[in-house]
Amino acid sequence: MSDTADRVKKIVVEHLGVEADKVTEEASFIDDLGADSLDIVELVMAFEEEFGVEIPDDAAEKISTVSDAIKYIDENKG
Amino acid sequence: MRRVVVTGLGLVTPLGADVETVWKNLLAGKSGAGLITKFDTSDQKCKIACEVKPADHEYGFDAGKRVDHKIQRQVDPFIVFGIDAAGQALEDAGLADMDDDLKMRTGCSIGSGIGGLPGIESESIVLHEKGPGRVSPHFVHGRLINLISGQVSIKYGLMGPNHAVVTACSTGAHSIGDAARMIKDGDADVMLAGGAESTINPLGVAGFAQARALNCSYNDRPEEASRPYDKDRDGFVMGEGAGVVVLEEYEHAKARGAKIYAEVVGYGLSGDAYHVTAPHPEGKGAELAMRMAMRKAGMEPGDIDYVNAHGTSTMADTIELAAVKRVLGDDLSGASMSSTKSAIGHLLGGAGAVETIFCILAIRDQIVPPTLNLHNPDEGTEGVDLVPLKARQRRVRAALNNSFGFGGTNASVIVKAIED
Repeated sequence: MSDTADRVKKIVVEHLGVEADKVTEEASFIDDLGADSLDIVELVMAFEEEFGVEIPDDAAEKISTVSDAIKYIDENKG
Repeated sequence: MRRVVVTGLGLVTPLGADVETVWKNLLAGKSGAGLITKFDTSDQKCKIACEVKPADHEYGFDAGKRVDHKIQRQVDPFIVFGIDAAGQALEDAGLADMDDDLKMRTGCSIGSGIGGLPGIESESIVLHEKGPGRVSPHFVHGRLINLISGQVSIKYGLMGPNHAVVTACSTGAHSIGDAARMIKDGDADVMLAGGAESTINPLGVAGFAQARALNCSYNDRPEEASRPYDKDRDGFVMGEGAGVVVLEEYEHAKARGAKIYAEVVGYGLSGDAYHVTAPHPEGKGAELAMRMAMRKAGMEPGDIDYVNAHGTSTMADTIELAAVKRVLGDDLSGASMSSTKSAIGHLLGGAGAVETIFCILAIRDQIVPPTLNLHNPDEGTEGVDLVPLKARQRRVRAALNNSFGFGGTNASVIVKAIED
């Protein structure tokens, strides 16, 4: 597992209060992890802080699973 | 006429996080005061408060017991306290699990005096240092006063009236009085009612200290700082926590065989129309509120056995006492009057609800809680039993709670042992 994936999962566990083993790469934030749209806004902010990337609103709207987030961060971080 | 009774209680206070622990500690004369641990007070005039204790303390509060981890992160502590106290009250009433019909007849009236000040403070710093794009999407609804009622209704599926009083330090008493009226009016059969507060943060402490309301002269002996009616009193000590009761229409409670603590028989409200922070020097507003509550209850002065005073440990204590003297007259000599703020501090928007619960427990156990640190009663207190230092067994048939708030807002609630 990549370093990005580890750090993303840690943020998800902390913010959503879910068990770590539920945060698989396929997991959907809304359908599997109990997030609502505001939780996703908050998660995206936390990813931006953690990785020093900017995730614009149109990109954020396309992030619906854990792997979407990992992929976006890996492709865009400095 | 529909009657309103109390069938469940919930408390989070500096003396414990459940009703029986708080009551036991209060009657034992314990103080919840200490040096502030939540933040560095080195540049503050006031360094003391009555904090709710952490989960690992002998009588600490475990937020995880009734509030989801995610919600704890998103909301201010006053909301966490309120959700927990509401949950306790529902469990106590045997109503944690209701059918859909009753859920539609059950509402919430849980307010706060100030709301999410700690979160407003910290998020303002985020805005200033990192810009608007870093402000939490949960900022607004995590700080709003009506979000205890909102969160509780979502958690338990309660679709009755959803209300939240904001009347400073009268909030808890107004919340209970207003909710009782909603039941009387037929808007609901069951109401969760009460108040919560948590503003022991740098901005809250500094604000009250600058308003010359907080005690700043007992930093070296925090447990002695809250001393209502004592000659050496010098401002209130801030507390935090929540109190919530389950109010229920009497026939409804009887039909389901509920445990009934007491009946809410009187509620009075008034305004001082005088000053933003100081009470009317003659206590006219306080007197009006008490007289209205007595009239609604159909009571004579001799019917009140216990008064849980607003008594914040400020100069206003004796103004309230003079008003109580006018209302109860000679019958005050047969009653007891104490201020439990001497032990738990001033819970601001939570105070009236927590203290009404103490009135209810006084009726249940026929004992009145003490006024701590009352060694040298001030002038004007002669002949009044202010229950100094130690709790006392006595007859308590009915009890009156007074709550007064900034802006000159006054509320009095009378509870009484249940009679058929």
